[in-house]
Order: sequence, then C-alpha cells, then structure tokens
Amino acid sequence: MASTEGHGLGTVLLVGIVAVAAAFLVKSSDNWSRDRIAANERARVVARLNSVLDPALRSRDLTTTSLGITDPTLLGSDGPIDVFVLSAAGQPVAVLFASVAPHGYNASIGLLIGVSPAGEITGVRAVRHRETTGLGDAIDAAKSDWIEQFAGKTLAAPAAALWAVEQDDGEFDSITGATVTSRAVVTAVKSTLLYFEQHRDELYAAAAAAAANADDDEPD
Amino acid sequence: MLRQLPQPPTPTTMNPTNSFREATAGLWRNNVALVQLLGLCPLLAVSTTLVNGLALGVMTTAVLVVANTAMSLMRRVLLPAVRVPLYLLLLAALVTSLDLLTHALFYELHEVLGLFLPLIVVNCGLLAHAESVASRRPVGFVMLSAVALGFGFMFALMALGGARELLGHGTLLAGIEMLTGEAGAGLSVDLPFGGMLVAILPPGGFFAMALLLALRNHLTAIAATDAVRAEPAFPEAPR
Repeated sequence: MASTEGHGLGTVLLVGIVAVAAAFLVKSSDNWSRDRIAANERARVVARLNSVLDPALRSRDLTTTSLGITDPTLLGSDGPIDVFVLSAAGQPVAVLFASVAPHGYNASIGLLIGVSPAGEITGVRAVRHRETTGLGDAIDAAKSDWIEQFAGKTLAAPAAALWAVEQDDGEFDSITGATVTSRAVVTAVKSTLLYFEQHRDELYAAAAAAAANADDDEPD
Repeated sequence: MLRQLPQPPTPTTMNPTNSFREATAGLWRNNVALVQLLGLCPLLAVSTTLVNGLALGVMTTAVLVVANTAMSLMRRVLLPAVRVPLYLLLLAALVTSLDLLTHALFYELHEVLGLFLPLIVVNCGLLAHAESVASRRPVGFVMLSAVALGFGFMFALMALGGARELLGHGTLLAGIEMLTGEAGAGLSVDLPFGGMLVAILPPGGFFAMALLLALRNHLTAIAATDAVRAEPAFPEAPR
C-alpha cells in the first residue's frame, strides 16, 4: 500500500487524538493567560485614569480607592467592574467607572468614564474595543475627537429623551457609518450616569470603608 | 518515498544536495510572499513597521513548523480526505493558544497585531505548503522546508516593514520595547526626517510590495543569465 493512502481506523484514532490534544492545548493556554490578560487590561485602565479626570484635578495628589461593582443592567458586565473613587482630604472629588458597553458592533466595548461629584461627565475613553478599523474605531481618542463630546454632560442636560444619537432623535453626533458603535457608547455613558445617581452615597461609603481598611493593613 | 511523488522528472537526480535545495526553496526561490504571492493580506496590513513584521513573521514561522511537523508525522496513517480539516484544526488550536499567550505576555504588541494573529490559520500559503509538502515528505525535510518558508515570509514582512517605517515614520525598530521590554528601547533609531505618510497607508504597502517584487525579479533574471552562461546544458527542472 502506498504510504500516502492512509488507513480508515488509524485516521479516526488520529483525528480523535488531535482533537483532544487541541482542546487541551487551548484550554490550558486559556487558564494560564486569563488572569494575566485581565491584569494587563487593568494596568492599562489605571494608567489612563488621568485622561478622563477634570484637568484641574490631574496634578493634585489624590487618594484612589478601587471597588469591584456588579450591576449587569447599568454597568454592562455580568462580573464586577472596577470603579475608582478619587478623594482629596477624605472628600470624594471624582468617580471613575471602567464600564462596559455590551452592544458594540464586533464585541463589547470597555470604557473609562469620569464623573464629578455633581454628576457631570469629566471625560470618556474607549480603553478596549474591536470596532471596525476606519469606521467604529473613531471612538478611540487617538483616531478622532468624537468621544470628547461627552465632557460636561449630565443626566439633566441634555434631557433624558435627548440622551441618544442623532438617528434616534437624540443630541449626540454619531460616527458616520458606525451608528451601532455610537449608540452603544452613548447608552453606556448614560446608564453609568444613572448608576452614579442612584448609588452615589453607597459608593462613597464603600470607598471610605475600604480606605479605612487600607490604613489598618499594610499598604499594598 | 521520493519515487512516489507525482512528477519528479528524473528520479535518479534526487540526491541529498537536491533535496536540501528543494527544502530551502521557500527562503528565496519559491518565497511564499514574493513568488507564490500568497498570504498578502497580513503581509500588507501588518508591514507598517519593522517590529510588526518581525513579530508576525516569528509567530507564523513557529506555527508553521509545529503544525507541519505534526502533519508529517501523521502522513502515513491519515486518509487524504481528512488532511485539510485536520490541518485546520491543528492550526486553529495552535494559533488560538499563541494569540492568548501573546495577549498575556506582549499586551501592547497584541493590541497592534490583534486581528492578524487569528488570520494565520487561513494563510493560504501555509495551507498550500501543508498539502503539497508536509503530507508527502519525511519529518526532517518538512521541518527544514517549514523553517525556510517561514523565514522567507518573515524576510518579506521585515523588508516591507522596514522600508515603509523608514519612509513613512522616519524611524527604524520603533516599538521594539513591545518585544524586549524596556531593555531594548534604546535600539530604535529616530532619523532626522518626518517621513511620508503615504508609505504607511495601504497604497504605500502596494507600492512597496511592487518595488520589492521588481527587485526580486531583477535579481532572479541576473542570476538566471549567469547560470545559463556557466552551465547551458542543464536548465532547472520544471516544477
């Protein structure tokens, strides 16, 4: 028998072995890398906190307390997301949400949203996205200034009905050719503001408790 | 083994030297990007800097060598009908793992190459090589030819990436710290001119590719003329 013809039984066995080995390989690389990838993403978010902060606060020495908050409806993720409460002399001066916009065009979009104690957006950045190159990737501050339009917005201004992209009769510009992406981001920013409005005091209390805890323990 | 090949024109001339020559054809004579013109999508999209080209080249080569060696080991048992599906399964598993590991270890690089790592699976240059070489030849030959093919592809990526980076950004090896950590940051060179944006944009990729092809064809033509002068009786065997 010519060597290139192969055997039926051997082929079945080989396919089985390769399938199991492939599954094992993928599963073990996933196990190994999952926490590292999450840590990398988190480090990237932390490094960019300043970009969504009120410029007047950027140079000040602030205490950052990070909380893990779970609210799938308003914050867009089934798991806990990072919320950073920044305070000066015990007084909260900003809350930064690493919210998720679950309905991006290609995948969920990781956002970083800065909110002042008065409930005003101080800045928004897309920190993780897979939007289409040349269209939806305009949410990236490096590609266009589209995402700057949120600065200064509150839940009251614009009014609730206008918190939408222009196609939905809202006030926000949408990116040409990327309405889905624009809508996802606008919706996520709005619901993050809603979460902040509903849970402001809880957040401050949790941050104060965490800060008190951290003073007792070794600083990490 | 060699005698069962479909069309070796003169089986008696198959000696170790010819076999080596054939295995290393992917390096230059039968370069997957520059001669077969396969795998151009990642080639043109990624080759905006030398470091990008190097990184994708290394990853493609690694996947190519492992997958082809495995295919070669299995070639006697496998029915030809399941070769391609099994090869795709192997490639998909390897590339998925590689993608995850890159994301964990070289986060910044993964942000840049992101989309093009998964595309290694469907690089038709690799598929063609698996079907025509890995499923028919012994392991040693396959490993050597996979390394040659991968390095050939990497060479094309780096040549294009280096040229486009030089012309477009006026830098060389920018972003090397994504691969080496801060230790390598000093290796990158900043040249005293700003660069022409067009070299980085897609049209620049096609221009650079055209020039590289022209250069390669020119060099081949010169070599062919010399070879005919030196030894006119034995033209290279038709493939």
